[in-house]
Amino acid sequence: MWQLGGKSFNSRLILGTSRYRSPENLREAITRSGAEIVTVSLRRQSAGDGNKFWELLRELGVTFLPNTANCRSVQEAVTTAHMARDMFKTNWIKLETVGDEYTLQPDPFALLEAARILIADGFEVFPYTTEDLVVGERLLATGCKILMPWAAPIGSGQGMVNPQALKTLRARLPQATLIIDAGIGAPSHAAQVMEMGFDGVMLNTAVALADDAPKMAEAFAQAINAGRMAYEAGLMPTRSFAEPSTPLPGTPFWKTEKKA
Amino acid sequence: MKIIINGEEKDIHATTIAEVIKALEYEGDYFAVAKNLVCVPRAKYAETLVAAQDEIEILMPMQGG
Repeated sequence: MWQLGGKSFNSRLILGTSRYRSPENLREAITRSGAEIVTVSLRRQSAGDGNKFWELLRELGVTFLPNTANCRSVQEAVTTAHMARDMFKTNWIKLETVGDEYTLQPDPFALLEAARILIADGFEVFPYTTEDLVVGERLLATGCKILMPWAAPIGSGQGMVNPQALKTLRARLPQATLIIDAGIGAPSHAAQVMEMGFDGVMLNTAVALADDAPKMAEAFAQAINAGRMAYEAGLMPTRSFAEPSTPLPGTPFWKTEKKA
Repeated sequence: MKIIINGEEKDIHATTIAEVIKALEYEGDYFAVAKNLVCVPRAKYAETLVAAQDEIEILMPMQGG
C-alpha cells in the first residue's frame, strides 16, 4: 500500500482512458492492469449523445484524476479544474498547461500560477511538468506535494530522454511524490523509472495502441511492480570491470604461476 | 436571446443557467457549466442570470490521458 493525495492504493500505475479501440477494450485494460486511478478529461458534447463512458467508469469503481489537457492559459486551466471538481466531486486535478504546440511541453509559468490559485482553493494539484529541478522546487513551494515530470513528450513512447535530470530530480526532492507521466513506451521504460525510486507511473498511449491493450496493461503492471521491488531491495553498484561471482579459492586445476 | 453555447451562437429563451440547461435538454449529473470562463457550481444554476452574448460552456466526462 502507498499513500497518494490522502488515499491508500495498492497499484502504482495510473492509467489514461483515451485512444482505446472500444469501451470494452478500455474496461478490460483497466481491470487487467489493476490500476485504481484513471485519468479523465472534460469535453464539449451535445445533451443527446448520452454518456456511456461515464457510466462505464462509475461501474468500475475507480478513483478519477481529471486533467486540464490542452489548456493554454491560467484562466482556462483554473476554470476547467473548477468544472472538474463540480462534475467528478473530487479536489484532485492533473494540472496541464500547454506551452509548446510541437512538443506539448508544459508552460512552467502558467503552471505555477494556476497551481498557486488552485491550492489556495483547496485542490490537490498533480502538476504535469518537465524534469526541470527549479520548476519542481517552485511547485513544491506553492504547496504541491506531488509532481508529474515527463519522461518524454506525450504519446512519443521514447522512454526517458533525460535520465540524468530525472535522477537529479529524485535525489533533490526526496520529500515529494514523483509520478512519471508521459513518454513511456514499453514496460522496460516503466521498470527503469521505478528502479530509480519514482513513486508511480502514469501512461496511456503505450497501452491503448498495443495490439492487445489488456495484455499490455498487465505487462506494465508487472514491470512497475518489479521496478518498485528492485528499488526497495536496493540495486547493486555498477562497476567498470568484471568481478567474478564464483569464488576463486578452490578453482579446479588452479596453479599459482611460478615467478621466474 | 442569442447566447454562445460551446462556441456556437444559439437562440434560446432563458434567463438563468438552469433554464439554459433545461432548454438544451441536459439531464443527470454528468456535466459541468461555465459562464464567460468562470465555473458555475451546480447549486447556483437557478440563481445565475444569463445575458445576450454570454459565453456558456457545457462540458461532459470524456476519455483523457
